Amino acid sequence: MVLELKGVGKSVAGRPHIHPTDLRLDGGTMNVLLGPTLSGKTTLMRLMAGLDQPTTGRVFQNGEDVTGRRVQDRGVAMVYQQFINYPGMTVYENIASPLRILRRPREEIDRRVRETAEMLRLTPMLERKPLELSGGQQQRCALARALVKGAGLVLLDEPLANLDYKLREELRMEIPKIFEASGAIFVYATTEPEEALLLGGNTATLWQGRVTQFGPTAQVYRQPKDATTARVFSDPPMNFVPIFREGNRICFGATANAPAEGALAALPEGRYIAGFRANHLRINRHSGAAVEFDAKVLVTEITGSETFIHVGHGEDRWIGLVGGIHNLEAGAPLSVWLDPAHVYVFGPDGELVVPAGYALAPQEKVA
Amino acid sequence: MDRPWNNKAWFLVLPVLALVAISAVIPLMTVVNYAFNDTFGNNQFFWAGLEWFDEMIHSSRLHGALGRQILFSAIILAIEVPLGIFIALNMPKNKGFWSSLCLVLMALPLLIPFNVVGTIWQIFGRVDIGLLGRTLSALGVDYNYVSDPIDAWITVIVMDVWHWTSLVALLCFAGLQSIPQAYYQAAKIDQASRWAVFRHIELPKMKGVLLIAVLLRFMDSFMIYTEPFVVTGGGPGNATTFLSIDLAKMATGQFDLGPAAAFSLMYFLVILLISWVFYTVMTNLDRDETSGEAK
Amino acid sequence: MARITLENLAHSYLPKPVSDADFALKQMTHIWDDGGAYALLGASGCGKTTLLNIISGLLTPSQGRVLFGDRDVTHAPTAERNIAQVFQFPVVYDTMTVRENLAFPLRNRGKDAGYIAARVGRIAQMIGMEHGLDRKARGLTADAKQKISLGRGMVREDVNAILFDEPLTVIDPHMKWELRTQLKQLHRQFGHTMIYVTHDQTEALTFADKVVVMHDGRVVQMGTPEELFETPAHTFVGYFIGSPGMNLFPAKVQGREADLGGLRIDLGADYAPLAGETKIGIRPEYVQISDQGHPVSISSVEDVGRHRILRGRLAGHPVNAILHEGESLPAEPRLGFVPGRINVYHDDWRVAPGKV
Repeated sequence: MVLELKGVGKSVAGRPHIHPTDLRLDGGTMNVLLGPTLSGKTTLMRLMAGLDQPTTGRVFQNGEDVTGRRVQDRGVAMVYQQFINYPGMTVYENIASPLRILRRPREEIDRRVRETAEMLRLTPMLERKPLELSGGQQQRCALARALVKGAGLVLLDEPLANLDYKLREELRMEIPKIFEASGAIFVYATTEPEEALLLGGNTATLWQGRVTQFGPTAQVYRQPKDATTARVFSDPPMNFVPIFREGNRICFGATANAPAEGALAALPEGRYIAGFRANHLRINRHSGAAVEFDAKVLVTEITGSETFIHVGHGEDRWIGLVGGIHNLEAGAPLSVWLDPAHVYVFGPDGELVVPAGYALAPQEKVA
Repeated sequence: MDRPWNNKAWFLVLPVLALVAISAVIPLMTVVNYAFNDTFGNNQFFWAGLEWFDEMIHSSRLHGALGRQILFSAIILAIEVPLGIFIALNMPKNKGFWSSLCLVLMALPLLIPFNVVGTIWQIFGRVDIGLLGRTLSALGVDYNYVSDPIDAWITVIVMDVWHWTSLVALLCFAGLQSIPQAYYQAAKIDQASRWAVFRHIELPKMKGVLLIAVLLRFMDSFMIYTEPFVVTGGGPGNATTFLSIDLAKMATGQFDLGPAAAFSLMYFLVILLISWVFYTVMTNLDRDETSGEAK
Repeated sequence: MARITLENLAHSYLPKPVSDADFALKQMTHIWDDGGAYALLGASGCGKTTLLNIISGLLTPSQGRVLFGDRDVTHAPTAERNIAQVFQFPVVYDTMTVRENLAFPLRNRGKDAGYIAARVGRIAQMIGMEHGLDRKARGLTADAKQKISLGRGMVREDVNAILFDEPLTVIDPHMKWELRTQLKQLHRQFGHTMIYVTHDQTEALTFADKVVVMHDGRVVQMGTPEELFETPAHTFVGYFIGSPGMNLFPAKVQGREADLGGLRIDLGADYAPLAGETKIGIRPEYVQISDQGHPVSISSVEDVGRHRILRGRLAGHPVNAILHEGESLPAEPRLGFVPGRINVYHDDWRVAPGKV
């Protein structure tokens, strides 16, 4: 199946919830909708599913206009943040329910329920009631119900948000496998950049009802088209510093400057905003080209093997992620380093002017 | 929320629509017919225009009944709503034997047919054989609902409170049950007073059901007929003749069908108007509640 | 402010507990320092919420005592414990403005108006709501309401402890960074004893000086983030902390070496002979990928942005390794373990190196 949105937009009481959006999701792809709460992920999914009607634009499945067609007739399945199962039925009956509605023969139902249960590791729990299961198992049951009827479009709305951190990690590893086995289009909404990266596939970043970029996940992460996309796709939040080019130098704020080399050589003179991620801000001179900043420690957060160092540099607040344990006193001065190759340069309107040099280097692929 | 139309749904509604048409719309049209015509009951009609309405609006009999009606509704609302809230607040909250017992006891008066309620109180209050009436007389209280208007009013009001307070209490109880435990815990930590807990946690959460309770009790009491009719028959004199009792007297006792029909139409419009006001207030409050929380 | 002592504490939800399994909280004795920032970390159902409820006074323990300072509060009601608490979901008084919400705990305690105004102003600034103080709380978004809840929890200066019950659940990832830092700064400024319950290791580790890891009604380890990472006391801690968790392999330990399905692993320290089930554990961060070392079959490489996670099998056992940004994956990768970073487990509990 191919799902296409052409100029699909949604306004409620004159307020735009989704700005007109063009999106093409190919069969058998994993597509992540990444954005903060209220950025329009759920609304966009409801438009894809046909639970809501767009105010503008059309929705196509396999080239056929399905705008206005009932959800029941569209071959879609949806999984929500809450674990939604029929509490009175066994896991088996829950998984079988969508097939019973379709009035499939008994043997086929049995076969497909068992296959799906096997894939989601629910076989030992088939005769139990959903509420007797752990949260992770309940959500697996909901997933099984979504997958069993072989829907061409499976929509997952923050399905792991209500699970414990470790359970989330486990299911997150399983979902790509389940997805590959199903062959359907998966659409997966999340607020967490790390989740998007782990799921791979394609990512659409959303901000205030607008899809800011859509493409292969790693590409959107490394080559964001604008500052908004970069901000949405960074956790910890992306750091920003005003820069300007003067002759052959790039000046970072008032104190630091570096030669305009590599990708930055092509930067026209003028004022810009530079963005860089936390793991690229260091507290040692890690490369010859690194620029030094005088900063002040605000807070340090230790994760066990690494330290998040929050620093203030003039008006800006930055977060650095460095290896090892560093218990730095708040208020103490600290030198931080940044390699210009790790810097994205955005114009005053937020559009990307020069991509970060490191992101252009090819990464080897593993089959 | 706009969704794709499903036209099959209309077929499912048809039987209900037919029933409503036969049971409500057609009789209503008959009433309208009577209201604008003069008739002697032999199917001969003479156009009367707005004459009956004019007569009714200026009728001191109607004014009296309307005044009594408003007073009655106001009194029972003023008693039943606070009392219902008070009972709901003091009902056992945990699921268990006491909670179930409470719910059953509360539901009992609601299950008794209206005329039976009237009969119970009619006998209960009688000075010669009623438990209440005899006890009061024996205690030296001069109580007689048949001859004293004040006593008649007290009897009718106490009867209504006994009959309907449980409804308010049960609705409020349902509202209270939906408050997460964390709110009470937070209030304890904040050292909030009992009054503050009620004012800032319980009352806001009960507001929705409370409005429904007030609406139901208002409409019901405004249309009250059976119970006072059975107990006092509208007396002594006209002391407890409320709107619907007066209406029935006029229509079936005196066969003044035209004025009675005009009267009932106005009566209907008044109830509709007040209910609409309630409904508007309610939905506006709901909108306030949810704006900004939309996901 | 007070030191918190848990003395022989245990709790069961059953009226007559018989076996160990009947206890939601198994017997424990702990002393938590005055002014410490503690995190209770564990999966759902591990007993962390039970423990929190006992400290807050919502539950009376089946046995043992709770002391705030020298005062026994085991049976004291919540209102007398002088604590503050922030819940998982926003608890705000919808009828009040933001300002009234923040001032409420102080007003109830009869503080004077000047003090209240100053304090509310300060807290409002901390939660970034100084410009919306006169708005009604009703109609605000969930994360704004949660910020009010946090503010109300923090507004009193004289509390014995502030309890947080997974307070950032409804908060967006970016906002989490901001609020967490503010909590830390606040802790540093006022020195309140803080207890933070969560299932999220990042929140626990970044917030707390001491993390209390709970599993199956027991405290399996209490330590600094570094201790939990480097020397997990129990295999559960190894698995639970870190993303991905620690690699654990069944192995025979002899002196300085471990035998992992025929592979000889240098442990970097001597161990006394161990009978029974032994495992060795190593963090994915300390697994080195190069063209030298033990042969590995790789099943997948996940790009997490700042590094890549390599998943494969070593002598038939699953293994994860971290490949840092800029490091390249050799054509025929092999694995090495950093010797000093290996932990040895006997019946799931860590064994310290050293000869008998």
